[in-house]
Amino acid sequence: MAIYINKDTKVIVQGITGSTALFHTKQMLEYGTKIVGGVTPGKGGTEVEGVPVFNTVEEAVKATGANVSVIYVPAPFAADAILEAVDAELDMAICITEHIPVIDMIKVKRYMEGKKTRLVGPNCPGVITADECKIGIMPGYIHTKGHVGVVSRSGTLTYEATHQLSQAGIGQTTAVGIGGDPVNGTNFIDVLKEFNEDPETYAVVMIGEIGGTAEEEAAEWVKENMTKPVVGFIGGQTAPEGKRMGHAGAIISGGKGTAAEKIKALNAAGIEVADTPSVIGETLIKVIKEKGLYDKCKTH
Amino acid sequence: MNIHEYQGKQLLRDYGVAVSNGRVAFSPEEAVKAAKELTPGIYVVKAQIHAGGRGKAGGVKIAKNLDEVREYAKELLGKTLVTHQTGPEGKEVKRLLVEEGSDIKKEYYIGLVVDRATDRVTLMGSEEGGMDIEEVAEATPEKIFKEVIDPVVGLTGFQARRMAFNMNIPAHLVNKAAKFMLGLYQVFNEKDASIVEINPLVVTGDDNVLALDAKFNFDDNALFRHKDIVELRDYDEEDPKEIEASKYDLSYISLDGNIGCMVNGAGLAMATMDTINYYGGSPANFLDVGGGATAEKVTEAFKIILSDEHVKGIFVNIFGGIMKCDVIAEGVIVAAKEVGLEVPLVVRLEGTNVDKGKALLNESGLNIIAADTMADGAQKIVELVG
Repeated sequence: MAIYINKDTKVIVQGITGSTALFHTKQMLEYGTKIVGGVTPGKGGTEVEGVPVFNTVEEAVKATGANVSVIYVPAPFAADAILEAVDAELDMAICITEHIPVIDMIKVKRYMEGKKTRLVGPNCPGVITADECKIGIMPGYIHTKGHVGVVSRSGTLTYEATHQLSQAGIGQTTAVGIGGDPVNGTNFIDVLKEFNEDPETYAVVMIGEIGGTAEEEAAEWVKENMTKPVVGFIGGQTAPEGKRMGHAGAIISGGKGTAAEKIKALNAAGIEVADTPSVIGETLIKVIKEKGLYDKCKTH
Repeated sequence: MNIHEYQGKQLLRDYGVAVSNGRVAFSPEEAVKAAKELTPGIYVVKAQIHAGGRGKAGGVKIAKNLDEVREYAKELLGKTLVTHQTGPEGKEVKRLLVEEGSDIKKEYYIGLVVDRATDRVTLMGSEEGGMDIEEVAEATPEKIFKEVIDPVVGLTGFQARRMAFNMNIPAHLVNKAAKFMLGLYQVFNEKDASIVEINPLVVTGDDNVLALDAKFNFDDNALFRHKDIVELRDYDEEDPKEIEASKYDLSYISLDGNIGCMVNGAGLAMATMDTINYYGGSPANFLDVGGGATAEKVTEAFKIILSDEHVKGIFVNIFGGIMKCDVIAEGVIVAAKEVGLEVPLVVRLEGTNVDKGKALLNESGLNIIAADTMADGAQKIVELVG
């Protein structure tokens, strides 16, 4: 067990003929992900990396039975690509593309109301269930199968945390990058709920950053509902106010969304927060030892 | 991207949103000429810089005649204004807005923002205009009203009227105020703004509802479809290094420290700054080279870091996912050789193609200090910079 994706997940790649998508399609195939098709309008009927290419998502789904899509389409067209995935009633659309205009995402979110598809991202590294299915751009080798769930707003910080866990012999169930944009599909609470219900997940690492109040809301939810230990990290403790730190969502404005406030909220919910990103792994190990879960989490 | 008040007001005029009459001026002569074109009476001479708090800092002057317009223009142009938003170094005034004075009966606040909690654009309004809206939110939250906008229909007439009534706009002016709000939303939506603030919105003695100030911020990710907005960019208002970085799609922000950072991923870049700080150092910049960086982009990033004279050492921290470590290594090597590297360089590589990247650095003959982890790298660079 794990969350969202597993060895049976059938994936199509939207924008498969672009150079980034091609590189990562190869990497995903090597990892063992079942890539059953790709979509590039106008290139239907061709084949790349042994994967059939279709003109539309609908066609691809009909022909392959795919249930998840990963989107590498360039930003000006990415919102439309998400809509196409939602229209085709996929279980999940994972959007890697960064720099999508926020007004486009507001419309996408409105369109998705009442629809079946779960969106992860945009501007995210994707989702990986170790040893089963890798969807996105994360380096596969840093993940090992186990019992810790990882959820993060930052791609590279997810790698950092996962790598530390693997090196310390602590495997993971699923790592979910929810992305750094202000308007996105899946939030911390969505993922925490899944981890809470997943029998294979014993503890969770949650990585946030400055801007917005998603971490505070998640902390509140954890306090009320979470039965498993959660450790955290918040990036941007030294970020000045009013400066957007790369991610469209990472900005302290009007004194709100600071790292200090978020750390306070997490601590108040019983979530231990790592001082630096280098000790996320250590912090988790300390907490699972206290809870008597270390032996169950130690996988290698 | 930010624009000036006079540019924002022109944009509002284009959409039929009421603003006071005014002209931009770059010299005292132009200021007088501008004033002559306006209805005679009281003039307002306003410094145009990308920061709030201009009034308190002495950047807004009331002139009773053309001579005073000239005097105030002379005084303001070339002056460095220090407001609570400029930082202690302030900003030099290079442009002025000369406007007709308004007979202000009452000041209000109107703003549009993207609200993350609802994933919608939200209209905010208050009868406490002219003040810092964050202070109003703190002191009297009941005086701030919100209308959440459904993107399918946009801001509706009834919502705008409800807002106007809530804000206690005089009943006979509610329709004018509603028209103002509807126009404002249209600009916001069509031009991909991320924040619009009209503070104050005023009701005048002759029963007009108009914008006395206009603050616009646009979504950088949408600028590709708004060439007209891009043309409004004022490079004088931005850090030269940040301008250089933006040419190469690098996300760079100048900071006060002396350790240059080059990182992939915004989260890791912030965390790298935090880690340097934790070990007693101080970062000179935030720099995310992004996911799809080429070796050339990395080279440019490196040059930008080195162009900061405060930089006494560089920490490259890469965890490759979409970014490949060998591409980073190539870029670093080319840049270091081109510019001549005279400060210590600590490099930590991990992730996609890490072995290739490390091999390239080892064979480069450059004096590069390798680090195993982010903490190790941060400690090393902090020590070397001293």
